[in-house]
Amino acid sequence: MTAVLNIRNARKSFGANQALSGASFELRERELLALLGPNGAGKTTLIRAIAGRVRLDDGEIEIFGEKVDEASRRRLLAVVPQELALYGLLTARENLSGFGRLNGVSPEHIRDKVAWALDWTGLADRADEPIGSFSGGMKRRLNLACSVLHEPKILLLDEPTVGVDPQSRENIYDMLGKLRAGGMSLMVTTHHLEEAEARCERIVIIDHGSVVASGTLPELLEKTVGHLRAVTLTLDRPMPNGPAGCESADHGRVWHTKIADVAAELPGLIQRVQAAGCRVENIEVRSPNLQAAFIALTGKALRE
Amino acid sequence: MIGTLLRIQWTRLRRDRVAQTLTFVVPVVFFSIFALIFGTTGNGKTPSIRLAVVDEDRSAVSKRVLAALGREDGLKLIREAIPRNSAPNTPRVPIDRERATSMVQDGDLAVALIVPKEWGKYFPDFGQEGPEMELLADTSNPVAPQMTFGLLQKVAMGGSPDLMMEKGLKQMESAGSGFELSTKQREQMTTMLQQLRSSAEAADKEAAAGTNAASASVAAEQGGGAINVKKVDVLGAKKTNPAIAFYAAGIAVMFLLFTCTATGGSLLEEAEDGTLERLLSTRLGMTGLLMTKWLYIALVGVVQITVMFVWGALVFGLELWSHLPGFIIMTTVTAAAAGGFGMCLATFCRSRGQLNAISNIVILTMSALGGSMVPRAFMPEGLQKAGLFTFNGWALDGFLKVFWRERPLWELWPQVSVLVALTAVFLWLARRLARRWETV
Repeated sequence: MTAVLNIRNARKSFGANQALSGASFELRERELLALLGPNGAGKTTLIRAIAGRVRLDDGEIEIFGEKVDEASRRRLLAVVPQELALYGLLTARENLSGFGRLNGVSPEHIRDKVAWALDWTGLADRADEPIGSFSGGMKRRLNLACSVLHEPKILLLDEPTVGVDPQSRENIYDMLGKLRAGGMSLMVTTHHLEEAEARCERIVIIDHGSVVASGTLPELLEKTVGHLRAVTLTLDRPMPNGPAGCESADHGRVWHTKIADVAAELPGLIQRVQAAGCRVENIEVRSPNLQAAFIALTGKALRE
Repeated sequence: MIGTLLRIQWTRLRRDRVAQTLTFVVPVVFFSIFALIFGTTGNGKTPSIRLAVVDEDRSAVSKRVLAALGREDGLKLIREAIPRNSAPNTPRVPIDRERATSMVQDGDLAVALIVPKEWGKYFPDFGQEGPEMELLADTSNPVAPQMTFGLLQKVAMGGSPDLMMEKGLKQMESAGSGFELSTKQREQMTTMLQQLRSSAEAADKEAAAGTNAASASVAAEQGGGAINVKKVDVLGAKKTNPAIAFYAAGIAVMFLLFTCTATGGSLLEEAEDGTLERLLSTRLGMTGLLMTKWLYIALVGVVQITVMFVWGALVFGLELWSHLPGFIIMTTVTAAAAGGFGMCLATFCRSRGQLNAISNIVILTMSALGGSMVPRAFMPEGLQKAGLFTFNGWALDGFLKVFWRERPLWELWPQVSVLVALTAVFLWLARRLARRWETV
């Protein structure tokens, strides 16, 4: 897939605080890319730089292989802000119409675009109500719709599912799927790692202003925690000497280990426990996940 | 429980500078402003009224009465002025009746006193036989004519006791009541009159030397009517409800500032809720955004003033329809400048709370000094001049030129020029201050 957005060696300082220190990555055509990082890692600065709201001290940002002017950038690229940047006293239709016009949708097309957006967000039956009475999920969907009426090619979404219930998250990702199907390339920031893991094709992890890892989930796991499954055995009584390679906890009642092949290695493990005169009460097998890779890459220390 | 809650509230107040300002600073500021306006500068004296005097009589009596009047703390007599429409360095000339009238009409002074020919001949004129003094008054200041009238009676009674007694005796003798002084009585009376005259003249000299003869005025305050004064309302005589023009202009300008600042505050709300970021990502840009908001605020301001004046016309008889061109000019420039002021203040403040606190202080201070709350004519001269450093002062002067002084439109040029210049300055400042929201 070709890259629609290229960020190379992006650097930006605010006084003594270096927000970006050489971040580089790319967004490919029609992909859904997750940009992850701890609080203060530089995600918002990076999004604002791509959107033209922060001027980089150094580095390059290319859209479709070119450094574009402001007008082209606004036409090709849109940002969905984390805040619900909507006018509460206006109706859904009025918000869509207003932001659509400001984003360059022509007067003759705005009516159709708004109708499409209302249908896409599932808000057609509430179109003429002031949005102050809308739920968080409805406002999130409208917030998203207000940014895409002019049909940008690239969409940057800053925490698009923050503060909404699981049903609304599903709904929002379904909406994003439709945009991708229509040819749009998307980049989301999120702290919901399971969402990134389940929904995004590639993941970029940023910390201290630079990219610390990027790739598909398996690639990230391979680079960090590996492919071994974590196994936890809980026994009915303490076992003085566990199997080789296991670590004990709770005075020998709980044992942890890692195995590469569950089907081949787990039965032998259980047999060794039983041979020691203990009974297995519970077995927990955990696949390596993004959470583990993320912590491995960025550490456990709090950032705020 | 109560103690814990009180501690929490107190801690919040200690850490909230805006709340502290509103609670402790704003009341003190306003107390100080009103104390300056009504209590002068703390020396307990009433602020002086500037009174133009035209002595057409030029008799010894008129000179003596006017000299006594000039020694009153409450009055500052103006006898000379630069001729109208002259260059600023033109020599001053004695004020005549026409110039005095125009000075009152133009708002240079609230009162002027004309002493007509042969006035002294009849003083003290208890029988109302001679010509009356004329007190030309701008009744927008109801205090100045009343105070001048009172002080005139005071100096007449207290400053010329010899003349009063002489006139009294003559009137009794001429009344045909059979009362006639003997030769000895007349000699004694003549001696007494000379003593009174000498005493009055000595008081004049002492007063001129700076030692005011306060005792002479005590009796005078108990009298009244020794001088017949005709009050001539040179501005409001034909108006159906003269005071309404002042209140309409004063209140309209003050509330216009509040409205414009509150509306300008939407910029801060948009910055706080993220809408501004979204707007700036569109084709609009910061300059376009500010200009659009300013235009909107100014239009709201025009509608607000218009609603208020139309209400004034319909309900209180404000003469709006006959002053429509001037109203349109002043409303437009005032709303434009107020819109710029609102944008400037909104871009200066960091939060809505800060804007509320600062706008309350600034607008109420400007309104107090500029004459929206109390006509500037009531204020000491220094504060009247200070009022010209306020937005309200210029806007009100313009509206009053239209509705009260009924000056030709071209005479609005100082007010229009200042308000247009203020608009430009406010918008320039707002644009500079708004840079913080732009690309960094």
